[in-house]
Amino acid sequence: MTLQADTTTPGADERLVQVGVVRGIFRRVEIGALIGAVAVWLLFAAVAPGNWLSVTGVARILDPASTLGIMAIAVALLMIGGEFDLSTGVMTGSAGLVAGLLSTRMGWNLWPAMGAALIFALAVGYLNGMMVTRTGLPSFIVTLATFFALRGANVGVTRLVTEQVYVGGIDKTEGFELARLVFNTGIDVFGIEFRSSIIWWVVIAVIASWVLLRTKYGSWIFATGGDANAARNVGVPATRVKITLFMTTAAAAWLVGMMNIVRLRSAVASQGIGQEFIYIIAATIGGCLLTGGYGSVIGASIGAIIFGMAQVGIVFAGWDTDWFYSFLGVMLLAAVLVNKYTRQRAQEISLAAAKARTEG
Amino acid sequence: MAQTQPQLEVRNISKMFGSVIALSNVSAAFYAGEVTCLLGDNGAGKSTLIKILSGVYQPTEGDYIFEGRKVLLNSPREALAMGIATVYQDLSLIPLMSVWRNFFLGSEPEKRWGPFKSYDIALARRVVRDELKKMGIVVRDTDQPVGTMSGGERQSIAISRAIYFGAKVLILDEPTAALGVKQAGMVLHYIVQAKRRGLAVIFITHNPNHAWPVGDHFIILRRGRVLGDYRKDEITQADLMNLMAGGEDLLKLQEELAMLQEQPLEMATEV
Repeated sequence: MTLQADTTTPGADERLVQVGVVRGIFRRVEIGALIGAVAVWLLFAAVAPGNWLSVTGVARILDPASTLGIMAIAVALLMIGGEFDLSTGVMTGSAGLVAGLLSTRMGWNLWPAMGAALIFALAVGYLNGMMVTRTGLPSFIVTLATFFALRGANVGVTRLVTEQVYVGGIDKTEGFELARLVFNTGIDVFGIEFRSSIIWWVVIAVIASWVLLRTKYGSWIFATGGDANAARNVGVPATRVKITLFMTTAAAAWLVGMMNIVRLRSAVASQGIGQEFIYIIAATIGGCLLTGGYGSVIGASIGAIIFGMAQVGIVFAGWDTDWFYSFLGVMLLAAVLVNKYTRQRAQEISLAAAKARTEG
Repeated sequence: MAQTQPQLEVRNISKMFGSVIALSNVSAAFYAGEVTCLLGDNGAGKSTLIKILSGVYQPTEGDYIFEGRKVLLNSPREALAMGIATVYQDLSLIPLMSVWRNFFLGSEPEKRWGPFKSYDIALARRVVRDELKKMGIVVRDTDQPVGTMSGGERQSIAISRAIYFGAKVLILDEPTAALGVKQAGMVLHYIVQAKRRGLAVIFITHNPNHAWPVGDHFIILRRGRVLGDYRKDEITQADLMNLMAGGEDLLKLQEELAMLQEQPLEMATEV
């Protein structure tokens, strides 16, 4: 008996190492996004090497990627938790308008105005979460309704108050300079201007990834999206998790809304419309499953970088920018296919290992 | 029988759903360190009895006695807090999540990290590996998603999780029903392990072949009543099977089938 055990053990250990390395690579949630990012980078490096490989090029890419990345991270968390939010894009506009109107028309200091906008955003996020968890309706429908309601209100209220479709003069309000410094300023690095929103993005990515992978709340998010009933059976407060995630996406939209208004010095009623799909695309390229329970914050950030590269690269290459969205569509499909393939590979390897274990 | 006081006991339990009598005057005692098999065909009242034992339902009449004290359970969480763990067929495991995340889901170990608390992943991995090893399960990779494991392995993870979190009573709802012969054998093995670790195991099944090798004590339910309550030395496997199928009914069925086989084919199809 003991002899037999001794002879089989070393062989088994070798197999473990072999399987471990291959599976380790394939099992990275972000692998699809990473392959995509490298492919897009190489493409533009070949087509427009001069601009692409400069520091200016990097700064230009990271500019749109940063605000998109912040949203993609929050949306990825929500998708892992098993829900959608289509009101995120228009919410960036709503938050900006609330802060803009209160500060320019009511004479508020910009900071309490931004505070009120945050409360408004959190309330809408809470409402989304309550409606989804109470009614059991698909979040796709519930937040689609929120999207249209906010879209209408953005234009309606703005026109009612200002008789225009934008709120200007935010730079003349009290507290603007500090707000600009905090939310969106240019930082000089080697004579090139990088946006401070990049710092926000990196910090948020690190915190969100830590919460997702290194705290119990992360496990709860995965479990809620994976099987909410099973999660409830072992004591995970799945409803609270979902509502918190809706409030998180709303808070992220508020942050991006503030970044937009201090940069543009005005709030536009049509701000953010259509962006919600870009956020979902970035999260999906980053490895999130539409069915929930699977995904990555880092992947979503890489998805945002791909978006930034495509947006800037098309200009650098001198291509017609009309084709940008077509490019994004092809990119989405390719990334999802790669994700599907790698996930299947990882599972096949796991299954093969399990089989080897029971038979060996 | 080593001890005289049952770990868990129900006395004269009845459960009515409107005018439907699901259980009628059922009494049963479950002892620590024993496997009690709860047998019965579909509709015998097994599910109702488990749901009462695990705190999902409250009995219409009768007493629920845990460690000699009469208790009233209002929810499965209360039962769990007392040490009554139920492993349902759907297992409460999340397929896309790793073994260790599943094992500790809802009761995550934490360590301080400045003002924050982080998931003590190293501890979780180690405990899972050790606990599964104690049950005789070798998991090479605790990062493996549970969905890639076999049905028997998943059952054993759910069982060892219940044991680790201090279960005194382990209720297993048809753990072998959806499994092949080899996998079912594996689960029976873990049932014996749980018993040897001093738990009162309640094993629900409609398969006497699975119940016989592991059971110390057999309770047969039929149409909401206790048809028989035997210790292993009081009954034979053949008798158990007869009782399960309803004795006389089985005899009648055998006669009918024998007749059917003797009949010419045209007549048989008419019948």
